[in-house]
Amino acid sequence: MSQDFVRRLPDSGYVYRHKSGLGEKIHLDFPLIFLMLCISLYGLLILFSAVEQQPGPVLAQSIKLGIATVVMVLMAQISPIFYLRLAPALFVIGVILLGLTYLFGYEVNGSKRWLRIPGVLSFQPSELMKLVVPMILAWYFHDRHLPPRTKHLVWASIMITIPVLMIAGQPDLGTAVIIGASGLLVLFLAGIPLRFILGAIGMGLAAAPALWFVLRDYQQQRILTLLNPESDPLGAGWNIIQSKTAIGSGGLFGKGLFQGTQSHLDFLPESQTDFIIAVLAEELGLFGIVILLILYVLLMGRGVIISLQAQDTFGRLLSGTITFTFFVYVFVNIGMVSGVLPVVGVPLPMVSYGGTSVVTLFAGFGMIMSIHTHRRLTL
Amino acid sequence: MVEPLALKDHTGESRIYFERAVWGFGILVCLTLVLCARLFYLQVVQHSVYATLSDKNRIQVQSLPPIRGLIYDRNGELIADNIPSYNLTVTIERIDDLDDTLAKIGELISLSDSQVKGFRKRLKRRQRPFESVPLRFKLSQKEIARVSVNQYAMPGVEIEAKLVRHYPSGELMAHAVGSVRRINEKDMRRLNRVAYSGTDHIGKIGIERFYESDLLGTVGYQRVETNARGKVMKVLDSTLPIPGKNLVLYVDSSLQRAASDALGERRGAVVAIDPTTGGILALVSKPGYDPNLFVTGIDYASYAGLRDSVDVPFFNRAIHGQYEPGSTIKPLLGLAGLVTGMTSPDFAIEDPGWFTLPNDERLYRDWNWTKSGLGGHGHVNLQRALYRSCNVYFYSLAVKLGIDRIYEYLRLFGFGLNTALDLPEASKGLLPSRDWKKSARGLPWYPGDTVNIGIGQGDMLVTPLQLATAAAVIANRGKWVSPRMLREGSELINHTSVYVPQDIELVPEHVWDLIISSMQMVVHRGNKGFGENGTAWAYIGQDIPYSMAGKSGTAQVVGIKQGEEYEEEEIQERLRKHAWFMAFAPVEKPRIAIAVLLENGGGGSKFAAPVARQVIDHYLLPRDQRLAVSE
Repeated sequence: MSQDFVRRLPDSGYVYRHKSGLGEKIHLDFPLIFLMLCISLYGLLILFSAVEQQPGPVLAQSIKLGIATVVMVLMAQISPIFYLRLAPALFVIGVILLGLTYLFGYEVNGSKRWLRIPGVLSFQPSELMKLVVPMILAWYFHDRHLPPRTKHLVWASIMITIPVLMIAGQPDLGTAVIIGASGLLVLFLAGIPLRFILGAIGMGLAAAPALWFVLRDYQQQRILTLLNPESDPLGAGWNIIQSKTAIGSGGLFGKGLFQGTQSHLDFLPESQTDFIIAVLAEELGLFGIVILLILYVLLMGRGVIISLQAQDTFGRLLSGTITFTFFVYVFVNIGMVSGVLPVVGVPLPMVSYGGTSVVTLFAGFGMIMSIHTHRRLTL
Repeated sequence: MVEPLALKDHTGESRIYFERAVWGFGILVCLTLVLCARLFYLQVVQHSVYATLSDKNRIQVQSLPPIRGLIYDRNGELIADNIPSYNLTVTIERIDDLDDTLAKIGELISLSDSQVKGFRKRLKRRQRPFESVPLRFKLSQKEIARVSVNQYAMPGVEIEAKLVRHYPSGELMAHAVGSVRRINEKDMRRLNRVAYSGTDHIGKIGIERFYESDLLGTVGYQRVETNARGKVMKVLDSTLPIPGKNLVLYVDSSLQRAASDALGERRGAVVAIDPTTGGILALVSKPGYDPNLFVTGIDYASYAGLRDSVDVPFFNRAIHGQYEPGSTIKPLLGLAGLVTGMTSPDFAIEDPGWFTLPNDERLYRDWNWTKSGLGGHGHVNLQRALYRSCNVYFYSLAVKLGIDRIYEYLRLFGFGLNTALDLPEASKGLLPSRDWKKSARGLPWYPGDTVNIGIGQGDMLVTPLQLATAAAVIANRGKWVSPRMLREGSELINHTSVYVPQDIELVPEHVWDLIISSMQMVVHRGNKGFGENGTAWAYIGQDIPYSMAGKSGTAQVVGIKQGEEYEEEEIQERLRKHAWFMAFAPVEKPRIAIAVLLENGGGGSKFAAPVARQVIDHYLLPRDQRLAVSE
């Protein structure tokens, strides 16, 4: 890291000053933690309704949130330099694990996502990649000239494409979309020229028909269903029709907490996991969703501010990407449940029931806090 | 190529990042607003659409079938009841593989191909999703247990209890009250689907059919909240069904039983009427069938067996059986003769045993005609002609009356008409006239036709119900009573749709006296020597403790060639004469009027009269004084 010999010019106007405090000492960011707490508690309330007010699943989810918080706090203690140095190794390990998953993973519902060491642990390597892909790209760009040159973009694209294709092949379209999006976000934040962005969009549209044939039958079906859910009301369209019905029937203020009929009478599938926003929409209405969205935007706003205060390229790109990726979760999830995006398995962050995605999310926020609180860098 | 030394421009990079991050956040906020807009569209703009959808989703309207009205006899005995029946039902939406499930069920309980076929038919007629469809009816306790034990492995298969019609007296009442049947596809097309939703049966014949709208009741509804699998979670509100009206009939079950016993194994019919009201006290047709078979569905083989039986048990002889009335119409012709002056109480003829028309060689024989020429009744006035049932007297009387007057007078007693108020299916019989013969046969009326009508043969046909009604009108001395089954429970009898003849008022009292006393002699005149006793006296009149007026009749089934004697034994059973007896009692204050028909029964006085006596005994006498049932 010998290239970083140029001192930062004071008061350049693009870097915020920061004040040292308690948060800095214990490497935590209180505004971020407060917002996460709000969203998690709100999420637990919705979950409580979605599971017919049984305490069991709520308790289980609380424990998962607790574990995720521990992971977050621990990761916040580690210096960003460590993440920077670890990135290449993690990327290689991640790709190898994806390969192993492809070979030895065990199938759940027709897709191989899990790697299991019997009796020890089982996990999804794709979850690891959600953090590793932004890390490797931030590592790749941190000592290169920005905005990136075409050659660097080619390499970066390869680093994105390899894991995305491997995960899409599992198949796990939801995670592949998230990881692909996070990679593209790094490129965007690194400042690739607008013509590349427009060109990519144009190429994407042009390639869409070809892409269509790459998609599997059920993936094609999901897109067709999105366009016309009524064509298959009891099959693929069922989820969308029922979730739209749940949302729409909620109205402005909802049917009342625990009063949703769509979810409680089992019309709404996956009401605890991917489609949980429909429960909120049905019971608390537009009002309830807007509160959640405001909390999300505030959280992401805090993430963006932290990234702007970061002192180096690696920190900026990594924290910024994690923040914006969080938004991709929110947008894709609500978009699919409300019927504007095809159904891909993306959970609603910090609200959907489930442990793995929560741990990954919180680990990401741990890294953001680490970047924010370890700022006397000697690279 | 050596990369040019690039000094990192930290200020520039932070500026780039700053711009991109702000842009990014702006896009983020915009996209969030897009989501909000989408949700606003769904939740506010389209709210009513989705609220309706959501209600439709969860709220189903279920029909609550009413309980069918009960039918009682005049003494409060139940004739038609409702009992629970256990059906095995299948909800197709909850089943993955129908064939597999059917196979599983078939291992537990018997399931024939025709039952499965019927099930698949019903499946197609289903009105709503998640509606259960019956697969097997009338499960036995054993079958219920077997299915219940294995039910956990067969979601969507359930045992449902339903109230179904039950006829406690089985065959006895079959022809009197009719029965309900399962609603079939043809019914569905004409029925009000709403009124019959949840109801599986409909009155198909008899009282059950005529009073269907009263018996059915009014369907109720409940709005229930169901989950996505159609399971009812809670009842939101309900309108209870209104049970059908209970009906009370004039029929007397014990009299019905007595009539049935009196007929025994013979084919025939008994109709007994209360002359004061017209209420039908007994309506028996034998052989009968068990109407309970039809309630839950009869298998085809049993049905075909009954349908094709030579004894035609489905045939209601009491109201559909049309037979020549034979001598039973003689009192009516006598009455017509007296009223029109074509004969008088004192007018007598000499009966040589046969009658001929002028310029016609054909012999019209009396019933005691013999080849030797020793038959005939000798000196016969109207009274003797009635109690001896002299044919020749009535041949000549009929000729004197002419067909037009005969038609006119017989019609007064309801012949050729269905006068029953609530038996619309009853046959009209046939009262021949000149017009009828012209249109039906294209032939003019011949004098010979009139001669035959004189003894109730030829083209004339009557039903037991008609003859019983005529007996009741004679008993009432002309006061008309319309026969009816229903005593109370419905306002439905629509008098305008049924022809109600007028009371017969032009007949002088002394004419009634003569006719009725002559009919009384048929039963009571005895110990007067050969050729002087009433025709039925020997069979029923010797020990009768009350006064009965009656008239026998014997209707030929095959024509007897000129110059041949009728030999009972030589004629095949099914070609034998039909035996008739019509009567009423007590003569002074008639309480019961009756018509008995025995198909191929032989002589009316010998065979049909004892049946009438037994039935009337049962009605009028305490148990120990009744005529013993002959075995």
